[in-house]
Amino acid sequence: MIEAVGVTKRYGSTLAVNDLSFAARSGVVTGFLGPNGAGKSTTMRMIVGLDAPDAGRVTVNGRPYRDLRFPLHEVGALLEAKAIHPGRSARNHLRWLADSNGIGRRRVDDVLEEVGLAGVARRRAGGFSLGMGQRLGIAAALLGDPEVVVLDEPVNGLDPEGILWVRNLLRSLAGEGRTVFVSSHLMSEMSLTADHLVVIGRGRLIADASVADFIRSSSANHVRVVSPQAGVLKTSIQQSGGSVAVEGDDTLVVTGLDCREVGIIAAQDGVTLFELSPQQASLEEAFMEMTRDSAEFLGESHVRGGAGA
Amino acid sequence: MTVTTPELRRTERRPPSAFRLFGAAARSEWTKLRSVRSTMWSLLVTVAITVGLGALFCAARVSRWDHLDPGERLHFDPAGFSLNGLFLAQLAIGVLGVLVMSSEYATGQIRATLGAIPQRRTMLAAKTAVFGVVVLAVGLVACGVAFGFGQLIFKAKHAGVSLADPGVLRAVIGGALYLAAIGILGLGLGAILRRTAGAVATLVGLLLVLPILVNFLPSPWNDDISRYLPGEAGTAVFQVVRDNTNGLSAWPGFAVLCAYVVVALVGGAVLLHRRDA
Repeated sequence: MIEAVGVTKRYGSTLAVNDLSFAARSGVVTGFLGPNGAGKSTTMRMIVGLDAPDAGRVTVNGRPYRDLRFPLHEVGALLEAKAIHPGRSARNHLRWLADSNGIGRRRVDDVLEEVGLAGVARRRAGGFSLGMGQRLGIAAALLGDPEVVVLDEPVNGLDPEGILWVRNLLRSLAGEGRTVFVSSHLMSEMSLTADHLVVIGRGRLIADASVADFIRSSSANHVRVVSPQAGVLKTSIQQSGGSVAVEGDDTLVVTGLDCREVGIIAAQDGVTLFELSPQQASLEEAFMEMTRDSAEFLGESHVRGGAGA
Repeated sequence: MTVTTPELRRTERRPPSAFRLFGAAARSEWTKLRSVRSTMWSLLVTVAITVGLGALFCAARVSRWDHLDPGERLHFDPAGFSLNGLFLAQLAIGVLGVLVMSSEYATGQIRATLGAIPQRRTMLAAKTAVFGVVVLAVGLVACGVAFGFGQLIFKAKHAGVSLADPGVLRAVIGGALYLAAIGILGLGLGAILRRTAGAVATLVGLLLVLPILVNFLPSPWNDDISRYLPGEAGTAVFQVVRDNTNGLSAWPGFAVLCAYVVVALVGGAVLLHRRDA
């Protein structure tokens, strides 16, 4: 369980995280999404005690990270791949980590095997590809068999086989009852991996919902209608409060009304329908829709600032 | 929403004592130190300079022996002289001390380190202890061998001394202590400045540049200040006969050097504890 309550973090004049509250529960994969610069990495750094919040608190299993002794038994984190001394071998990197938390050396070889790096365990980490660095970072996160796993962009630089491996790993970790908190900018990947989403924009919480609810609530959902009398139908739908985009001669894309409502309108008008189908937004579309506001806010405030100067 | 999640079965783990925390951190730092090649090279270079340069100085002194005036021969310090390689070796050790800390920042490894040991001051203490003991051990070997070679060379002029002579054993051990202190001074500066270049420049400034600048001050300020500079004060501990009669004696001098070391370390510990990593 990871819990953030009213967390604010400022770097100089930049407000990186602004009054952010959310929780990541055990037994589910919680996806952490946001546009670049939204404050994802900052939040993750505060979870593992690297940065201290200016206000609010972040706890792991009810305690601030910096109060944990031998934390690797409770929390495993991958914050950036290749935060590793390039001159040290993969095995020696994991060995000093294991030593620091009283973890046995056998566990080092076990996790190297688990992430598929056993064959290159003695090679210097400086020569590793980005994907191998990610695997080593994940091995480090799993070293203490932790209840909470925090991963920042774990599939970065991985090949399709590696991406599938991470997906299955995260699912099985959550299946074992662990808390899995993972950030990614790959929406399609997140829709396959995450159960729950925490979405932030400009340091503020935008959504904290299940993946299904998040997509369902998105205004990017629409209804596709095909009719030979599209023009008549368009007027009626607009009068009922829906908005309509025309696609070709006979196709309408309706937002603001659901299939049932559109069907009733068509029946009242005596309009023939060839197709009436709900179009569910992808996670990506829902995300773009949700975070657009924070992007627009950025543009607007910029203009205001310019006018005042 | 009620979701039943599977409970992860875990064996209860007793939180480790502060003593065990330090022990694990020290073991971790020992593994770190051993597993990069630069450590071994820096230590080898330190030994090579201390022994090689020391022997070279001794040989040069012996070749000029018959030209020395009686006063010079009377005040000659065969023990301290054989350890003169330390003046260069201290830079190798000081830079290694800086790197032990600054390379963590340069590679980003510091985030893994502090993630594993959030008790940051314990981590710094363990790092310092492990590095200090290693340098002390290597320093004892280097100084012992340099002293031995030196006395062998002086034997030709019957000018050598033995470890049993007054102050000699202290000087040889003092050489190792001096190296350890300079190494830890570098480590402390690395913790404060976090950048290799800045910390090395500061260390070199303290040890080599500051004494020159202080010398330009009018008398008696120059002497009054210079005796308290870290290098000037610290070197007394590996000399039996002080060439600078104005300087502090062995242990008070070493204590002054240690004061600089403590200031650097405490400063580093406070900043490490407070700053975002």
